[in-house]
Amino acid sequence: MTKKKNIELLQGNEACALGAIRAGCRFFAGYPITPSTEIAEVMAKELPKVGGKFIQMEDEIAGMAATIGASLTGKKALTATSGPGFSLKQENLGYACIAEIPCVVVNVMRGGPSTGLPTSPSQSDVMQAKWGTHGDHPVIALSPSSIKESYTLAVKAFNLAEKYMTPVIILMDEVIGHLREPLDFDEVKDLEIIDRKKPDITPDKYQAYHGGEEGIPILAPFGTGYRYHITGLTHDESGYPTMAPKVVERMNRRIVNKVEEHKEDIVEFESQNTEDAEILILSYGGSARSAKEAVLRLKAEGYQVGFFRPITIWPFPEKEVGKIAEKVKAIVVPEMNMGQLKQEVERVVAGRTKVLGVNKVDGELITPAEIITVVKGVE
Amino acid sequence: MDRIYEKYFRTDRLPHIWCPGCGNGIVLSAFARAMEELGVDQDQTVVVSGIGCSSRATTYVDFNTLHTTHGRALAFATGVKLAEPRLNVFVFMGDGDSTAIGGNHLIHACRRNIDITAIIINNNIYGMTGGQYSPLTPTGKKATTAPYGMIERNFDLCELVKGAGATFVARGTTYHAKQLTDMIVAGAKNKGFSVIEAVSQCPVSFGRRNKMRSPLEMIQWLKENTINVKAAAKLKPEDIKGKILIGELYNTEAPEYTAEYDRLIARVQGGGK
Amino acid sequence: MKKYSVSVNEIHCKACGICIGLCPKEVFGEDYLGKAVVQDTDKCTGCKICELHCPDYCIEVGEVS
Ligand SMILES: Cc1ncc(C[n+]2csc(CCOP(=O)(O)OP(=O)(O)O)c2C)c(N)n1
Ligand code: SF4
Ligand code: SF4
Ligand code: SF4
Repeated sequence: MTKKKNIELLQGNEACALGAIRAGCRFFAGYPITPSTEIAEVMAKELPKVGGKFIQMEDEIAGMAATIGASLTGKKALTATSGPGFSLKQENLGYACIAEIPCVVVNVMRGGPSTGLPTSPSQSDVMQAKWGTHGDHPVIALSPSSIKESYTLAVKAFNLAEKYMTPVIILMDEVIGHLREPLDFDEVKDLEIIDRKKPDITPDKYQAYHGGEEGIPILAPFGTGYRYHITGLTHDESGYPTMAPKVVERMNRRIVNKVEEHKEDIVEFESQNTEDAEILILSYGGSARSAKEAVLRLKAEGYQVGFFRPITIWPFPEKEVGKIAEKVKAIVVPEMNMGQLKQEVERVVAGRTKVLGVNKVDGELITPAEIITVVKGVE
Repeated sequence: MDRIYEKYFRTDRLPHIWCPGCGNGIVLSAFARAMEELGVDQDQTVVVSGIGCSSRATTYVDFNTLHTTHGRALAFATGVKLAEPRLNVFVFMGDGDSTAIGGNHLIHACRRNIDITAIIINNNIYGMTGGQYSPLTPTGKKATTAPYGMIERNFDLCELVKGAGATFVARGTTYHAKQLTDMIVAGAKNKGFSVIEAVSQCPVSFGRRNKMRSPLEMIQWLKENTINVKAAAKLKPEDIKGKILIGELYNTEAPEYTAEYDRLIARVQGGGK
Repeated sequence: MKKYSVSVNEIHCKACGICIGLCPKEVFGEDYLGKAVVQDTDKCTGCKICELHCPDYCIEVGEVS
């Protein structure tokens, strides 16, 4: 990290870790795995300086569990991993969904399946982020595309977790995780920080999982005088296990709807020339950088291309992409997998326009030229 | 029981789901008595459990309770304790929960010597799923997945945790309910990782398949087949062969993890490296 | 000699038979469902073995003044 004024040259992983601390994260539990390890290393070094705690757990399952445990004391907690570790975290990630415990999980995607390509980029965990844990559950997943965004989205991830009382996933890819760019801290100094709500009623009236009008529970941190029960079993408003069909149905719908019904607030995207575009290039994370370059070159050649980058992968910016689909001849989706987000685009578009993938699973970043070829092939 | 019962149990949650004569209920009341003796502040106490019959314990006691995933209770508890060391943390686990799926977390909690008291209810079987063998099912005993008898060797839980670094290790039984309370009290007072193995009866999933149908028979078996470590020390090895050793088996001092971390913070913030 | 009162919560009692078998003074009998019933309080010595071992917290032993 070379220092010049308030600008530092940082890796995506480092920026993500620093962003987390900026968001108020004071706990990290994880297990080393390429290409996410630098996040743990930065946390190990930086957290004690601000009175926070870092622990290297015995595996990723434990890393997820300890992260949730720490969050229950009211601390903002983070864990970070990659492919194989993300697979191991799934059961406890689902626990955080049903027990509604805010925390942030970074998955720096690498080539899979299994050990796959440990040091190469990939975006093949897009669907795992949505459906990796069993059961219907809410998912928020953010995808940074630059170093600055690695920082700001770490803050946003904690804000959303605390606001909606749910785990939030940062889906990075190795390209962004290991990319180095200067980060100007002056540009990110005025970020909003959200902390979870505290109960404003007395313990005798408190129902941890009531959810109120918004359907978002207020969980009192352990040790603050509100004694209640937390379980991964379906539970009633007080947190106790139940199998009563009506209560179970209500709980299941509430935890999903608290995200679905607040999409307007959650969804974030970047778009360029989507108004008069004939062809839309839709990409995210590391691939979006090549896509942007392709757009520039194509425009120079006179093509009417637009650019759309979902920043929240989940929930997907359905409404916005749906609107664009009405107007364009085709949507081209470059991504480093066999077409995972393309499937979602197809679902949203529902036949209103063609959807073409630019897919690569050889461990190499998609080049602008590869995208340009597909765009030029659209008739 | 009356006062302790009112104070430490969520009486509106009772009767509990456990089968008639299940030892879990006895261990839980021994725990409640220990809480009374320790005079713990319920608001400042967290009770964590995994998944299994025994892990349902957290539903019934009036603390900050956390019923987690199968085998992972200690990992959750580690997060709680490290993030907020002022909280008292107790963990209930079953034998399968703690030594099979959760074995890794168990040895590492021991190694860290984190100030948590773990109460492991050892009923020698997977109770909740209907009687499959666990790493603590004694060789030769029957289980639904060992219909011809268990051929694997079983762990000695107390030796395991002692070897892994736990600083307080004791074994009790549901027959020795009063001593069990004393052990939980002593374990809680130990500044470090404490394990209390509570040997218990599961008449439904274990006893039934192993020629001990009634809870009474099982609890009497525990009375007759245990021997206190202190008494055992004066006996010849052949006299204690096949008996379950009970009592305080190990108690030592070692640096405690969260205290070490606080020292680390002080060092880093003091400008050290 | 001290006198004791022994009570059983027959609603929560699951008829496991532990108290009946462990009481050294045979204070308990069982009803037609196998639930514990106090038969002979006079014999009770207040040892509380029953109370400590009831898995369902049904038994209360108290001193009668
Ligand atoms: C990941 C996972 N695997 C398996 C199960 C099924 N399961 C629930 S409880 C249990 C074993 C319980 O045995 P033990 O830990 O000894 O506790 P007990 O029920 O005897 O008290 C198993 C295998 C589960 N809930 N989660
Ligand atoms: S199955 Fe065994 S351990 Fe589970 S409640 Fe019944 S008796 Fe207890
Ligand atoms: S206190 Fe002792 S003697 Fe009295 S009923 Fe209970 S077990 Fe029997
Ligand atoms: S020990 Fe308790 S549950 Fe069992 S028979 Fe006696 S009173 Fe009933």
